[in-house]
Amino acid sequence: MSVTQTKGLGFWIGCAVFLALAVTATAFIKNEYPFFAGYVILQFIVLATAWTILGGNAGYVNFGTAAFFGVGVYTSIFLFKALGAPLGVQIIAAAAVGALLGLGVGVLTLRMQGIFFSIATIALTIIIETFVTNWKFVGGAAGIQLQRPPTMQPFDSYVKMLFVVQALLVVVAIAVARFIQNSWIGRGLKALRDDELAAESTGVPTLKLKLVACVLSGALMAATGAPNAMYLQFADPSSAFNLNYSVSALAMSLIGGTAHWIGPVLGAILLGVTQQLLTVTISSELNVLLLGIMLVLFVVAAPKGIIGLLARLKGGKQ
Amino acid sequence: MTDAAPLLRIKGVTKRFGGFTALDDVSVDIPKGERFGLIGPNGSGKTTLINCISGALRPEAGTVTFQGRDITQLPSYQRTRAGIARSFQIPRPFRSMTVVENLLVALDFGVIGHGLSEIGRRETVMGIADRMGLSAKADAFAATLSQVELRKMELARAMAARPQLLISDEAMAGLSNSEVDEVLDLLLKLSGDGITIIMIEHIMHAVMRFSGRVMCLDAGRIVALGAPSEVMSNPRVQEAYLGVSA
Repeated sequence: MSVTQTKGLGFWIGCAVFLALAVTATAFIKNEYPFFAGYVILQFIVLATAWTILGGNAGYVNFGTAAFFGVGVYTSIFLFKALGAPLGVQIIAAAAVGALLGLGVGVLTLRMQGIFFSIATIALTIIIETFVTNWKFVGGAAGIQLQRPPTMQPFDSYVKMLFVVQALLVVVAIAVARFIQNSWIGRGLKALRDDELAAESTGVPTLKLKLVACVLSGALMAATGAPNAMYLQFADPSSAFNLNYSVSALAMSLIGGTAHWIGPVLGAILLGVTQQLLTVTISSELNVLLLGIMLVLFVVAAPKGIIGLLARLKGGKQ
Repeated sequence: MTDAAPLLRIKGVTKRFGGFTALDDVSVDIPKGERFGLIGPNGSGKTTLINCISGALRPEAGTVTFQGRDITQLPSYQRTRAGIARSFQIPRPFRSMTVVENLLVALDFGVIGHGLSEIGRRETVMGIADRMGLSAKADAFAATLSQVELRKMELARAMAARPQLLISDEAMAGLSNSEVDEVLDLLLKLSGDGITIIMIEHIMHAVMRFSGRVMCLDAGRIVALGAPSEVMSNPRVQEAYLGVSA
Protein backbone atom coordinates (compact mmCIF):
# COMPACT_ATOMS: atom_id res chain seq x y z
CA MET A 1 0.00 0.00 0.00
CA SER A 2 2.05 2.99 1.19
CA VAL A 3 5.81 3.19 1.06
CA THR A 4 6.36 2.43 4.70
CA GLN A 5 3.82 1.39 7.25
CA THR A 6 4.81 3.22 10.38
CA LYS A 7 3.40 1.80 13.55
CA GLY A 8 1.61 4.30 15.72
CA LEU A 9 3.77 3.84 18.79
CA GLY A 10 7.01 4.00 16.83
CA PHE A 11 5.98 7.30 15.34
CA TRP A 12 5.31 8.94 18.70
CA ILE A 13 8.49 7.55 20.22
CA GLY A 14 10.37 8.96 17.24
CA CYS A 15 8.78 12.36 17.82
CA ALA A 16 9.65 12.28 21.53
CA VAL A 17 13.26 11.30 20.78
CA PHE A 18 13.51 14.07 18.20
CA LEU A 19 12.25 16.68 20.68
CA ALA A 20 14.46 15.37 23.46
CA LEU A 21 17.49 15.59 21.16
CA ALA A 22 16.56 19.13 20.18
CA VAL A 23 16.32 20.22 23.83
CA THR A 24 19.47 18.34 24.85
CA ALA A 25 21.42 19.88 22.00
CA THR A 26 20.53 23.39 23.21
CA ALA A 27 22.03 22.53 26.62
CA PHE A 28 25.29 21.04 25.37
CA ILE A 29 26.17 22.97 22.23
CA LYS A 30 27.39 26.42 23.21
CA ASN A 31 27.68 27.91 19.73
CA GLU A 32 24.44 29.56 18.57
CA TYR A 33 25.02 29.15 14.87
CA PRO A 34 23.87 25.50 14.44
CA PHE A 35 20.53 26.50 15.97
CA PHE A 36 20.32 29.59 13.82
CA ALA A 37 20.77 27.43 10.71
CA GLY A 38 18.76 24.51 12.06
CA TYR A 39 15.80 26.80 12.73
CA VAL A 40 15.54 27.58 9.01
CA ILE A 41 15.62 23.90 8.08
CA LEU A 42 12.92 23.05 10.64
CA GLN A 43 10.83 25.93 9.35
CA PHE A 44 11.07 24.57 5.82
CA ILE A 45 10.07 21.10 7.02
CA VAL A 46 6.87 22.61 8.39
CA LEU A 47 6.24 24.63 5.23
CA ALA A 48 6.85 21.68 2.89
CA THR A 49 4.75 19.35 5.04
CA ALA A 50 1.93 21.87 5.22
CA TRP A 51 2.11 22.43 1.47
CA THR A 52 1.85 18.69 0.83
CA ILE A 53 -1.37 18.38 2.84
CA LEU A 54 -3.25 20.15 0.06
CA GLY A 55 -0.79 20.01 -2.85
CA GLY A 56 0.20 16.38 -2.48
CA ASN A 57 -3.00 14.71 -1.33
CA ALA A 58 -5.51 16.73 -3.32
CA GLY A 59 -3.27 17.91 -6.14
CA TYR A 60 -4.18 21.56 -5.65
CA VAL A 61 -1.00 23.55 -6.26
CA ASN A 62 -0.64 26.41 -3.83
CA PHE A 63 1.70 29.17 -4.99
CA GLY A 64 0.81 31.27 -1.96
CA THR A 65 2.87 29.66 0.81
CA ALA A 66 4.52 33.07 1.25
CA ALA A 67 1.12 34.68 1.84
CA PHE A 68 0.32 32.32 4.70
CA PHE A 69 3.84 32.50 6.08
CA GLY A 70 3.86 36.31 5.93
CA VAL A 71 0.45 36.49 7.56
CA GLY A 72 1.91 34.45 10.40
CA VAL A 73 4.89 36.79 10.68
CA TYR A 74 2.73 39.90 10.79
CA THR A 75 0.06 38.45 13.06
CA SER A 76 2.71 37.92 15.69
CA ILE A 77 4.29 41.34 15.09
CA PHE A 78 0.92 42.99 15.52
CA LEU A 79 0.11 41.07 18.70
CA PHE A 80 3.55 41.68 20.13
CA LYS A 81 3.50 45.39 19.41
CA ALA A 82 -0.13 46.03 20.35
CA LEU A 83 -0.46 43.77 23.39
CA GLY A 84 2.99 42.42 24.16
CA ALA A 85 1.56 38.95 23.66
CA PRO A 86 3.88 36.04 24.52
CA LEU A 87 5.26 33.76 21.82
CA GLY A 88 2.82 30.92 22.46
CA VAL A 89 -0.13 33.25 22.00
CA GLN A 90 1.43 34.69 18.86
CA ILE A 91 1.80 31.23 17.31
CA ILE A 92 -1.71 30.11 18.17
CA ALA A 93 -3.18 33.37 16.91
CA ALA A 94 -1.14 33.12 13.71
CA ALA A 95 -2.42 29.58 13.19
CA ALA A 96 -5.98 30.81 13.66
CA VAL A 97 -5.53 33.66 11.18
CA GLY A 98 -3.84 31.28 8.72
CA ALA A 99 -6.75 28.87 9.08
CA LEU A 100 -9.27 31.65 8.42
CA LEU A 101 -7.29 32.80 5.42
CA GLY A 102 -7.21 29.22 4.14
CA LEU A 103 -10.95 28.97 4.60
CA GLY A 104 -11.56 32.28 2.83
CA VAL A 105 -9.36 31.49 -0.14
CA GLY A 106 -10.76 27.99 -0.25
CA VAL A 107 -14.39 29.06 -0.29
CA LEU A 108 -13.66 31.56 -3.04
CA THR A 109 -11.57 29.35 -5.30
CA LEU A 110 -11.77 25.66 -4.43
CA ARG A 111 -15.14 25.26 -6.11
CA MET A 112 -13.22 25.61 -9.32
CA GLN A 113 -10.77 22.95 -10.27
CA GLY A 114 -7.01 23.05 -10.55
CA ILE A 115 -5.40 26.09 -12.05
CA PHE A 116 -7.83 28.70 -10.71
CA PHE A 117 -6.81 27.95 -7.17
CA SER A 118 -3.12 28.29 -8.09
CA ILE A 119 -3.64 31.65 -9.76
CA ALA A 120 -5.71 32.91 -6.85
CA THR A 121 -2.98 32.00 -4.37
CA ILE A 122 -0.42 34.05 -6.33
CA ALA A 123 -2.81 37.00 -6.32
CA LEU A 124 -3.40 36.51 -2.60
CA THR A 125 0.30 36.94 -1.84
CA ILE A 126 0.46 40.20 -3.77
CA ILE A 127 -2.72 41.58 -2.23
CA ILE A 128 -1.69 40.86 1.37
CA GLU A 129 1.86 42.07 0.83
CA THR A 130 0.54 45.34 -0.61
CA PHE A 131 -1.77 45.71 2.35
CA VAL A 132 1.02 45.16 4.89
CA THR A 133 3.37 47.46 2.96
CA ASN A 134 0.88 50.25 3.55
CA TRP A 135 0.16 49.41 7.19
CA LYS A 136 2.22 51.89 9.22
CA PHE A 137 1.56 50.30 12.61
CA VAL A 138 3.61 47.22 11.71
CA GLY A 139 6.35 49.18 10.03
CA GLY A 140 5.10 49.57 6.46
CA ALA A 141 7.49 49.15 3.57
CA ALA A 142 10.55 50.05 5.66
CA GLY A 143 10.01 47.10 7.96
CA ILE A 144 10.09 46.91 11.72
CA GLN A 145 12.81 46.33 14.30
CA LEU A 146 11.87 44.15 17.26
CA GLN A 147 13.42 43.81 20.70
CA ARG A 148 13.35 40.19 21.91
CA PRO A 149 11.86 39.66 25.34
CA PRO A 150 14.19 38.14 27.95
CA THR A 151 15.19 34.50 27.35
CA MET A 152 13.18 31.94 29.27
CA GLN A 153 14.58 29.11 31.39
CA PRO A 154 16.01 26.53 30.73
CA PHE A 155 17.36 28.10 27.55
CA ASP A 156 20.49 30.24 27.58
CA SER A 157 19.68 32.00 24.32
CA TYR A 158 16.53 33.12 22.55
CA VAL A 159 17.55 31.51 19.26
CA LYS A 160 17.93 28.13 20.98
CA MET A 161 14.48 28.51 22.44
CA LEU A 162 13.04 29.35 19.03
CA PHE A 163 14.82 26.30 17.63
CA VAL A 164 12.98 24.07 20.10
CA VAL A 165 9.69 25.86 19.41
CA GLN A 166 10.16 25.22 15.71
CA ALA A 167 11.00 21.57 16.44
CA LEU A 168 7.69 21.34 18.28
CA LEU A 169 5.90 22.81 15.25
CA VAL A 170 7.59 20.17 13.07
CA VAL A 171 6.12 17.45 15.28
CA VAL A 172 2.67 19.05 15.10
CA ALA A 173 2.91 19.39 11.31
CA ILE A 174 3.99 15.82 10.59
CA ALA A 175 1.47 14.45 13.08
CA VAL A 176 -1.29 16.29 11.21
CA ALA A 177 0.05 15.20 7.81
CA ARG A 178 0.36 11.61 8.97
CA PHE A 179 -3.12 11.59 10.45
CA ILE A 180 -4.59 12.90 7.19
CA GLN A 181 -2.66 10.41 5.09
CA ASN A 182 -3.85 7.43 7.10
CA SER A 183 -7.44 8.52 7.58
CA TRP A 184 -10.52 8.63 5.42
CA ILE A 185 -9.73 12.30 4.79
CA GLY A 186 -6.56 11.29 2.95
CA ARG A 187 -8.34 8.64 0.94
CA GLY A 188 -11.03 11.15 -0.04
CA LEU A 189 -8.45 13.76 -1.04
CA LYS A 190 -6.58 11.24 -3.17
CA ALA A 191 -9.82 10.17 -4.80
CA LEU A 192 -10.69 13.75 -5.73
CA ARG A 193 -7.15 14.33 -6.99
CA ASP A 194 -7.59 11.41 -9.38
CA ASP A 195 -11.10 12.35 -10.49
CA GLU A 196 -13.21 14.96 -8.82
CA LEU A 197 -16.52 14.07 -10.48
CA ALA A 198 -16.10 10.37 -9.80
CA ALA A 199 -15.15 11.12 -6.19
CA GLU A 200 -18.26 13.23 -5.68
CA SER A 201 -20.42 10.43 -7.14
CA THR A 202 -18.75 7.95 -4.83
CA GLY A 203 -19.93 9.93 -1.83
CA VAL A 204 -16.84 12.06 -1.22
CA PRO A 205 -17.75 15.58 -0.04
CA THR A 206 -15.06 17.08 -2.26
CA LEU A 207 -15.48 20.75 -1.38
CA LYS A 208 -15.50 20.08 2.36
CA LEU A 209 -12.39 17.92 2.22
CA LYS A 210 -10.51 20.47 0.12
CA LEU A 211 -11.46 23.15 2.63
CA VAL A 212 -10.28 21.03 5.56
CA ALA A 213 -6.93 20.49 3.81
CA CYS A 214 -6.60 24.15 2.89
CA VAL A 215 -7.42 25.30 6.43
CA LEU A 216 -4.95 22.91 8.08
CA SER A 217 -2.26 23.69 5.55
CA GLY A 218 -2.76 27.45 5.96
CA ALA A 219 -2.77 27.23 9.76
CA LEU A 220 0.54 25.35 9.84
CA MET A 221 2.20 27.71 7.37
CA ALA A 222 1.16 30.75 9.39
CA ALA A 223 2.16 29.12 12.68
CA THR A 224 5.67 28.44 11.44
CA GLY A 225 5.95 32.04 10.28
CA ALA A 226 4.95 33.44 13.67
CA PRO A 227 8.35 33.15 15.43
CA ASN A 228 10.18 34.48 12.36
CA ALA A 229 10.21 38.14 13.37
CA MET A 230 11.68 37.31 16.77
CA TYR A 231 14.20 35.04 15.12
CA LEU A 232 15.48 37.81 12.85
CA GLN A 233 14.59 40.68 15.24
CA PHE A 234 13.36 42.40 12.12
CA ALA A 235 10.66 41.99 9.51
CA ASP A 236 9.71 43.71 6.31
CA PRO A 237 6.99 42.85 3.79
CA SER A 238 9.26 41.93 0.90
CA SER A 239 11.10 39.30 2.95
CA ALA A 240 8.09 38.03 4.89
CA PHE A 241 6.07 37.55 1.70
CA ASN A 242 9.06 36.47 -0.37
CA LEU A 243 8.21 34.26 -3.33
CA ASN A 244 11.13 32.09 -2.25
CA TYR A 245 8.97 30.54 0.49
CA SER A 246 6.33 29.51 -2.03
CA VAL A 247 8.81 28.06 -4.48
CA SER A 248 10.86 26.31 -1.78
CA ALA A 249 7.86 24.67 -0.11
CA LEU A 250 6.63 23.39 -3.44
CA ALA A 251 10.08 22.23 -4.59
CA MET A 252 10.89 20.50 -1.30
CA SER A 253 7.59 18.70 -1.33
CA LEU A 254 7.91 17.52 -4.92
CA ILE A 255 11.57 16.58 -4.56
CA GLY A 256 10.87 14.62 -1.40
CA GLY A 257 7.77 13.00 -2.86
CA THR A 258 4.14 13.56 -1.95
CA ALA A 259 2.93 9.99 -1.55
CA HIS A 260 3.96 9.76 2.11
CA TRP A 261 4.28 12.30 4.91
CA ILE A 262 8.01 11.64 5.20
CA GLY A 263 8.55 12.87 1.61
CA PRO A 264 8.43 16.62 2.26
CA VAL A 265 10.49 16.11 5.43
CA LEU A 266 13.27 14.45 3.41
CA GLY A 267 12.96 17.06 0.67
CA ALA A 268 13.18 19.93 3.14
CA ILE A 269 16.18 18.40 4.91
CA LEU A 270 18.03 17.72 1.64
CA LEU A 271 17.38 21.13 0.12
CA GLY A 272 17.51 23.04 3.41
CA VAL A 273 20.88 21.61 4.45
CA THR A 274 22.37 22.11 0.99
CA GLN A 275 21.11 25.68 0.92
CA GLN A 276 22.55 26.44 4.35
CA LEU A 277 25.91 24.98 3.32
CA LEU A 278 25.93 26.97 0.10
CA THR A 279 25.00 30.17 1.91
CA VAL A 280 27.95 29.77 4.27
CA THR A 281 30.52 28.55 1.76
CA ILE A 282 29.70 30.27 -1.52
CA SER A 283 26.82 32.73 -1.71
CA SER A 284 23.16 33.00 -0.90
CA GLU A 285 22.39 33.79 -4.52
CA LEU A 286 23.26 30.21 -5.48
CA ASN A 287 20.32 28.91 -3.44
CA VAL A 288 17.78 29.77 -6.04
CA LEU A 289 19.87 28.25 -8.81
CA LEU A 290 20.26 25.06 -6.80
CA LEU A 291 16.53 24.89 -6.18
CA GLY A 292 15.84 25.22 -9.89
CA ILE A 293 18.38 22.63 -10.95
CA MET A 294 17.22 20.11 -8.34
CA LEU A 295 13.59 20.58 -9.33
CA VAL A 296 14.35 20.03 -13.02
CA LEU A 297 16.49 16.97 -12.23
CA PHE A 298 13.82 15.40 -10.08
CA VAL A 299 10.92 16.15 -12.39
CA VAL A 300 12.82 14.48 -15.24
CA ALA A 301 14.56 11.62 -13.45
CA ALA A 302 12.39 10.92 -10.40
CA PRO A 303 8.92 12.39 -10.78
CA LYS A 304 7.81 10.71 -7.56
CA GLY A 305 10.63 12.28 -5.58
CA ILE A 306 13.01 10.73 -3.11
CA ILE A 307 10.43 8.33 -1.70
CA GLY A 308 9.56 7.27 -5.24
CA LEU A 309 13.24 6.52 -5.82
CA LEU A 310 13.49 4.58 -2.57
CA ALA A 311 10.39 2.56 -3.42
CA ARG A 312 11.86 1.77 -6.84
CA LEU A 313 15.14 0.63 -5.29
CA LYS A 314 13.27 -1.54 -2.81
CA GLY A 315 11.08 -2.98 -5.56
CA GLY A 316 14.13 -3.68 -7.74
CA LYS A 317 15.72 -5.86 -5.08
CA GLN A 318 12.79 -8.21 -4.73
CA MET B 1 -43.78 7.18 2.93
CA THR B 2 -46.15 4.48 1.74
CA ASP B 3 -45.28 1.33 -0.16
CA ALA B 4 -47.09 2.71 -3.16
CA ALA B 5 -44.64 5.62 -3.49
CA PRO B 6 -42.04 4.99 -6.19
CA LEU B 7 -38.36 4.74 -5.28
CA LEU B 8 -37.55 7.53 -7.72
CA ARG B 9 -39.95 10.15 -9.01
CA ILE B 10 -38.89 12.53 -11.74
CA LYS B 11 -41.40 15.27 -12.22
CA GLY B 12 -41.35 17.93 -14.93
CA VAL B 13 -37.57 18.00 -15.15
CA THR B 14 -36.25 20.57 -17.62
CA LYS B 15 -32.57 21.23 -18.23
CA ARG B 16 -31.21 23.88 -20.58
CA PHE B 17 -27.68 24.55 -21.70
CA GLY B 18 -27.84 28.15 -22.89
CA GLY B 19 -30.47 28.18 -25.65
CA PHE B 20 -30.43 24.40 -26.03
CA THR B 21 -33.08 22.44 -24.17
CA ALA B 22 -31.52 19.09 -23.29
CA LEU B 23 -34.46 17.86 -21.23
CA ASP B 24 -37.97 19.14 -21.74
CA ASP B 25 -40.53 18.47 -19.02
CA VAL B 26 -39.57 14.84 -18.37
CA SER B 27 -41.67 12.95 -15.82
CA VAL B 28 -41.38 9.30 -14.89
CA ASP B 29 -41.78 7.13 -11.80
CA ILE B 30 -39.46 4.24 -11.14
CA PRO B 31 -40.75 1.76 -8.55
CA LYS B 32 -38.46 -0.18 -6.24
CA GLY B 33 -36.85 -3.23 -7.80
CA GLU B 34 -37.48 -2.22 -11.40
CA ARG B 35 -35.06 -2.87 -14.25
CA PHE B 36 -35.44 0.29 -16.25
CA GLY B 37 -33.91 0.69 -19.69
CA LEU B 38 -33.19 4.18 -21.00
CA ILE B 39 -32.60 4.50 -24.72
CA GLY B 40 -32.48 7.21 -27.33
CA PRO B 41 -30.18 8.49 -30.04
CA ASN B 42 -26.98 10.35 -29.19
CA GLY B 43 -27.73 13.78 -27.76
CA SER B 44 -31.28 12.85 -26.81
CA GLY B 45 -30.70 13.70 -23.14
CA LYS B 46 -30.11 10.30 -21.52
CA THR B 47 -26.91 11.24 -19.75
CA THR B 48 -28.30 14.68 -18.88
CA LEU B 49 -31.24 12.98 -17.21
CA ILE B 50 -29.07 10.72 -15.11
CA ASN B 51 -26.81 13.66 -14.28
CA CYS B 52 -29.91 15.37 -12.90
CA ILE B 53 -30.72 12.24 -10.89
CA SER B 54 -27.18 11.72 -9.58
CA GLY B 55 -26.56 15.39 -8.88
CA ALA B 56 -23.85 16.28 -11.39
CA LEU B 57 -26.38 18.76 -12.85
CA ARG B 58 -29.28 20.73 -11.37
CA PRO B 59 -32.40 21.06 -13.50
CA GLU B 60 -33.90 24.49 -14.25
CA ALA B 61 -37.38 23.21 -13.46
CA GLY B 62 -38.95 20.10 -11.97
CA THR B 63 -38.14 17.91 -9.02
CA VAL B 64 -36.34 14.65 -8.34
CA THR B 65 -37.75 12.72 -5.39
CA PHE B 66 -35.96 9.69 -3.97
CA GLN B 67 -37.62 7.52 -1.33
CA GLY B 68 -40.14 10.29 -0.75
CA ARG B 69 -37.46 12.93 -0.20
CA ASP B 70 -36.91 15.88 -2.54
CA ILE B 71 -33.27 15.67 -3.61
CA THR B 72 -33.35 18.16 -6.49
CA GLN B 73 -30.91 20.56 -4.83
CA LEU B 74 -28.79 18.02 -2.98
CA PRO B 75 -25.10 17.79 -3.91
CA SER B 76 -23.91 14.58 -5.57
CA TYR B 77 -22.14 13.10 -2.60
CA GLN B 78 -25.23 13.36 -0.41
CA ARG B 79 -27.31 11.58 -3.04
CA THR B 80 -24.74 8.78 -3.05
CA ARG B 81 -25.13 8.50 0.69
CA ALA B 82 -28.89 8.54 0.31
CA GLY B 83 -28.57 5.48 -1.93
CA ILE B 84 -28.00 6.53 -5.55
CA ALA B 85 -24.83 5.25 -7.19
CA ARG B 86 -23.72 5.42 -10.79
CA SER B 87 -21.13 4.32 -13.28
CA PHE B 88 -19.81 6.60 -15.99
CA GLN B 89 -20.12 6.41 -19.75
CA ILE B 90 -16.35 6.79 -20.01
CA PRO B 91 -14.86 4.98 -16.99
CA ARG B 92 -13.52 7.34 -14.33
CA PRO B 93 -11.44 5.20 -12.00
CA PHE B 94 -9.18 6.60 -9.27
CA ARG B 95 -6.08 5.82 -11.30
CA SER B 96 -3.44 6.07 -8.60
CA MET B 97 -5.25 3.50 -6.46
CA THR B 98 -5.67 -0.25 -6.62
CA VAL B 99 -9.05 -1.84 -7.27
CA VAL B 100 -9.52 -2.52 -3.57
CA GLU B 101 -8.66 1.08 -2.66
CA ASN B 102 -11.11 2.34 -5.27
CA LEU B 103 -13.84 0.31 -3.59
CA LEU B 104 -12.72 1.41 -0.13
CA VAL B 105 -13.36 5.04 -1.10
CA ALA B 106 -16.95 4.11 -1.81
CA LEU B 107 -17.19 2.10 1.39
CA ASP B 108 -15.71 4.89 3.53
CA PHE B 109 -17.82 7.67 2.12
CA GLY B 110 -20.92 5.93 0.82
CA VAL B 111 -22.21 4.69 4.15
CA ILE B 112 -21.02 6.78 7.06
CA GLY B 113 -20.39 5.33 10.48
CA HIS B 114 -20.89 1.65 9.86
CA GLY B 115 -17.91 1.00 12.12
CA LEU B 116 -16.12 -1.82 10.35
CA SER B 117 -12.61 -2.78 11.37
CA GLU B 118 -9.72 -2.49 8.91
CA ILE B 119 -9.98 -6.22 8.20
CA GLY B 120 -13.76 -6.08 8.00
CA ARG B 121 -13.57 -3.28 5.47
CA ARG B 122 -11.16 -5.19 3.29
CA GLU B 123 -13.27 -8.32 3.52
CA THR B 124 -16.36 -6.37 2.53
CA VAL B 125 -14.77 -4.89 -0.59
CA MET B 126 -13.12 -8.20 -1.47
CA GLY B 127 -16.56 -9.76 -1.34
CA ILE B 128 -17.86 -7.16 -3.77
CA ALA B 129 -14.81 -7.53 -6.04
CA ASP B 130 -15.35 -11.27 -6.01
CA ARG B 131 -18.99 -11.00 -7.03
CA MET B 132 -18.01 -8.70 -9.86
CA GLY B 133 -15.36 -11.14 -11.07
CA LEU B 134 -12.50 -8.87 -10.06
CA SER B 135 -10.89 -10.84 -7.24
CA ALA B 136 -7.84 -11.69 -9.38
CA LYS B 137 -7.30 -7.98 -9.98
CA ALA B 138 -8.00 -6.79 -6.44
CA ASP B 139 -4.53 -5.38 -5.84
CA ALA B 140 -3.87 -4.24 -9.40
CA PHE B 141 -3.71 -0.51 -10.01
CA ALA B 142 -6.76 0.89 -11.76
CA ALA B 143 -4.57 2.40 -14.46
CA THR B 144 -3.56 -1.11 -15.58
CA LEU B 145 -7.07 -2.55 -16.04
CA SER B 146 -8.59 -3.52 -19.37
CA GLN B 147 -11.77 -1.90 -20.64
CA VAL B 148 -14.11 -4.62 -19.39
CA GLU B 149 -12.32 -4.71 -16.03
CA LEU B 150 -12.73 -0.95 -15.72
CA ARG B 151 -16.45 -1.31 -16.43
CA LYS B 152 -16.75 -3.98 -13.79
CA MET B 153 -14.74 -1.93 -11.33
CA GLU B 154 -17.01 1.06 -11.86
CA LEU B 155 -20.02 -1.12 -11.10
CA ALA B 156 -18.22 -2.64 -8.12
CA ARG B 157 -17.33 0.81 -6.79
CA ALA B 158 -20.92 1.90 -7.21
CA MET B 159 -22.03 -1.22 -5.33
CA ALA B 160 -19.57 -0.59 -2.50
CA ALA B 161 -21.56 2.57 -1.73
CA ARG B 162 -24.48 0.19 -0.98
CA PRO B 163 -27.02 1.84 -3.24
CA GLN B 164 -30.77 1.32 -3.50
CA LEU B 165 -30.62 2.66 -7.04
CA LEU B 166 -27.81 1.89 -9.46
CA ILE B 167 -27.46 3.88 -12.66
CA SER B 168 -25.37 2.19 -15.30
CA ASP B 169 -24.40 4.64 -18.03
CA GLU B 170 -23.44 2.61 -21.10
CA ALA B 171 -21.44 0.13 -19.08
CA MET B 172 -21.27 -2.11 -22.16
CA ALA B 173 -20.06 0.39 -24.73
CA GLY B 174 -16.97 -0.81 -26.57
CA LEU B 175 -17.13 -4.35 -25.20
CA SER B 176 -17.10 -7.59 -27.16
CA ASN B 177 -20.25 -9.74 -27.33
CA SER B 178 -19.12 -12.14 -24.62
CA GLU B 179 -18.10 -9.21 -22.40
CA VAL B 180 -21.49 -7.60 -22.93
CA ASP B 181 -23.10 -10.81 -21.69
CA GLU B 182 -20.76 -10.87 -18.69
CA VAL B 183 -21.70 -7.33 -17.64
CA LEU B 184 -25.36 -8.00 -18.35
CA ASP B 185 -25.28 -11.08 -16.11
CA LEU B 186 -23.72 -8.96 -13.38
CA LEU B 187 -26.48 -6.38 -13.61
CA LEU B 188 -29.16 -9.09 -13.57
CA LYS B 189 -27.53 -10.60 -10.50
CA LEU B 190 -27.61 -7.22 -8.73
CA SER B 191 -31.22 -6.77 -9.72
CA GLY B 192 -31.90 -10.18 -8.22
CA ASP B 193 -30.58 -8.79 -4.94
CA GLY B 194 -33.34 -6.19 -5.00
CA ILE B 195 -31.39 -3.23 -6.33
CA THR B 196 -33.30 -0.95 -8.64
CA ILE B 197 -31.31 -0.38 -11.82
CA ILE B 198 -31.50 2.23 -14.54
CA MET B 199 -29.54 1.07 -17.56
CA ILE B 200 -28.60 3.40 -20.36
CA GLU B 201 -27.57 1.40 -23.37
CA HIS B 202 -27.24 1.44 -27.12
CA ILE B 203 -26.87 -2.32 -27.44
CA MET B 204 -30.48 -3.22 -28.15
CA HIS B 205 -30.43 -6.94 -27.45
CA ALA B 206 -28.99 -6.15 -24.02
CA VAL B 207 -31.71 -3.58 -23.34
CA MET B 208 -34.38 -6.01 -24.50
CA ARG B 209 -33.08 -8.84 -22.36
CA PHE B 210 -32.52 -6.71 -19.28
CA SER B 211 -35.35 -4.24 -19.00
CA GLY B 212 -38.75 -4.61 -17.42
CA ARG B 213 -39.69 -1.24 -18.90
CA VAL B 214 -37.97 0.90 -21.49
CA MET B 215 -38.12 4.64 -21.96
CA CYS B 216 -36.99 6.26 -25.18
CA LEU B 217 -35.89 9.88 -25.22
CA ASP B 218 -35.52 12.02 -28.30
CA ALA B 219 -34.47 15.67 -28.25
CA GLY B 220 -35.10 15.82 -24.52
CA ARG B 221 -38.65 14.48 -24.61
CA ILE B 222 -40.10 11.09 -23.81
CA VAL B 223 -41.26 9.51 -27.07
CA ALA B 224 -42.16 6.11 -25.70
CA LEU B 225 -42.42 4.36 -22.36
CA GLY B 226 -43.51 0.80 -21.74
CA ALA B 227 -42.65 -2.87 -22.25
CA PRO B 228 -39.45 -3.34 -24.31
CA SER B 229 -41.13 -4.96 -27.33
CA GLU B 230 -43.83 -2.28 -27.34
CA VAL B 231 -41.27 0.51 -27.31
CA MET B 232 -39.16 -1.09 -30.03
CA SER B 233 -42.10 -1.44 -32.38
CA ASN B 234 -43.23 2.12 -31.72
CA PRO B 235 -42.94 4.02 -35.02
CA ARG B 236 -41.79 7.18 -33.23
CA VAL B 237 -38.89 5.27 -31.67
CA GLN B 238 -37.88 3.84 -35.03
CA GLU B 239 -38.15 7.33 -36.46
CA ALA B 240 -35.92 8.73 -33.72
CA TYR B 241 -33.25 6.13 -34.42
CA LEU B 242 -33.49 5.75 -38.17
CA GLY B 243 -34.87 9.11 -39.25
CA VAL B 244 -38.16 9.81 -41.03
CA SER B 245 -38.76 7.52 -43.99
CA ALA B 246 -39.43 9.42 -47.18
